[in-house]
Amino acid sequence: MAAEQFVVLAGAEEGPVLTLDGYRAAGGFEALATARAMEPAKVVQEILDSGLRGRGGAFFPTGRKASFLGQETGKPTYLVVNADESEPGTFKDREIMFSVPFRLIEGCLITAHAIGSDRVFIYIRGEYLHEFEVLRDALEEVHGAGLLGGVTIVLHRGAGAYICGEETALLESLEGKRGQPRTKPPFPAVAGLYASPSLINNVETIATVPKIVELGGAEYAKIGVPPDSSGTRVFSLSGNVVNGGNYELPMGVTLRELIYEHGGGIPDGRQLKAVIPGGSSVPVLTADQLDVPLDATSMAEAGSMLGSGAIIVIDDRCCMVQLGLRVAQFYMHESCGKCTPCREGTRWMVQILRSIEEGTASQGDLDLLLDVCDRILGKCLCPLGDAAAMPVASYVDKFRAEFQEHLDSGCPMHGESSLEHVLAPVDQHTHAPVAEVPA
Amino acid sequence: MSAQERDLYDEIQKVRALYPVSRSATLPALRLAQERYGWLSPEAFREVAEALDETPAYCLAVASFYDMYHLKPIGRHLVEVCTNVSCALVGAQQVLEAFESELGMRAGETTEDGEVTLRTVECAGGCGWGTVVAVDHRYRERLTAADVPAIVEELRGG
Repeated sequence: MAAEQFVVLAGAEEGPVLTLDGYRAAGGFEALATARAMEPAKVVQEILDSGLRGRGGAFFPTGRKASFLGQETGKPTYLVVNADESEPGTFKDREIMFSVPFRLIEGCLITAHAIGSDRVFIYIRGEYLHEFEVLRDALEEVHGAGLLGGVTIVLHRGAGAYICGEETALLESLEGKRGQPRTKPPFPAVAGLYASPSLINNVETIATVPKIVELGGAEYAKIGVPPDSSGTRVFSLSGNVVNGGNYELPMGVTLRELIYEHGGGIPDGRQLKAVIPGGSSVPVLTADQLDVPLDATSMAEAGSMLGSGAIIVIDDRCCMVQLGLRVAQFYMHESCGKCTPCREGTRWMVQILRSIEEGTASQGDLDLLLDVCDRILGKCLCPLGDAAAMPVASYVDKFRAEFQEHLDSGCPMHGESSLEHVLAPVDQHTHAPVAEVPA
Repeated sequence: MSAQERDLYDEIQKVRALYPVSRSATLPALRLAQERYGWLSPEAFREVAEALDETPAYCLAVASFYDMYHLKPIGRHLVEVCTNVSCALVGAQQVLEAFESELGMRAGETTEDGEVTLRTVECAGGCGWGTVVAVDHRYRERLTAADVPAIVEELRGG
């Protein structure tokens, strides 16, 4: 069994590291001193050499992203940390923030040095109150110890919107607007925050940077499955599994090892039915695909994606139509409304899936559902629409017989599905405007 | 300007100073107003707008985009049950129904005494430790329906 390998979560094996002294005792902030003694371009080169790719889900090479930043534009360069973790199934950034907050701050300071920025914004999702407090306290200690070196780090709290994890929506939100994605180009490296060159990286990505400086890029690149999937991932394991939680493992570990050896398998003697391997946006895998290694290439070959590294385990009590409905309801709720295919399409998906589940759909509705998915895919400014269409289309593709059974004779779970009658927010509250606003 | 209004105004000015562009303080300013007044009333929007040199309509347009701003009054306590996939697979609906039963109302409502508002929310980010319930923004994890009566008693007593 592949052992847990603590890179990002190093030092927190026995519990959170919440004091600067504690973090320093484990070698913390040595990488910052090393990096600051290096030319900024050399730090970027180490990140390039490490093969590090974005851990938020898009998996874009981090070093390349940094190298795109506009030079000598006469404008400030901003580093923005995406801590708006909201992809269903994902809770790794939260654990990084509450257990190794100083590593995230050290990563910010190293990256800021690398790109010549003295202004960092950490956009943390509004619900993460405890993590905000932990980071705020850690930041105060770092400030008090004189480690900021002229860099300002502002903690900016979101207010409840999944879409703000999309980088341009995040920038809009950080600028004090509704969080609706921008058209690209221009890309944030050219015109990001306040129309200035900006680098936006996920929490786990930034928290990996100190280790890359410590080991050297080439050495880090040997972890996992080089060259495309170097390093560890903090995998978030959830759903019908005995030991849910975050497990930091080298990429290339198989789903079977993660679910059965680390996660303790499926509880209550149930059978595995399906696995969502990268957050609720990605295509589902079936129980016979357990030996797929968790790396980008293998996942692509298996028809899915590693996404945010969130593995949701689904046992045989779950109705796949209800799963599709609940997933579609989420994206309908979170669609920002800017692009018609996403705004209207997610509603269509919910309506059709509900009628299939309730037994009121006609035979043609399954193809209609796939048609709606097809009309969303690739037709919007940001990936939110795709994130709804891809997984639902995959449920139909891989569990077509179960969907057909619904059309022919109703839900085969007969009211016993684990997702029976789950109340989604979209069915509960409306954003009722106040009656009157003063002029 | 009342003393309370003055306090809010001053707090918002401090937040504005953190950003190169004042409008960036919109989300934190709305949060400060909501923490002070419990919800974002038309009057609260007026105060926030004044402190930011924005219009109340602009502030409402922003606030209405985000789930955490309350555009109607809510109870003294807020109970939010995550019913996204990971929590739902391990019994979130049963937890929600236990709250509904203990509180004698449906999700989305506030108890008649104005003490508790109950609602479902999308993924809270505690998926491996479901069911996750945020009670006054503090996460309680690995909850089952059996844990609910004690939480409701705690809220009613405190």
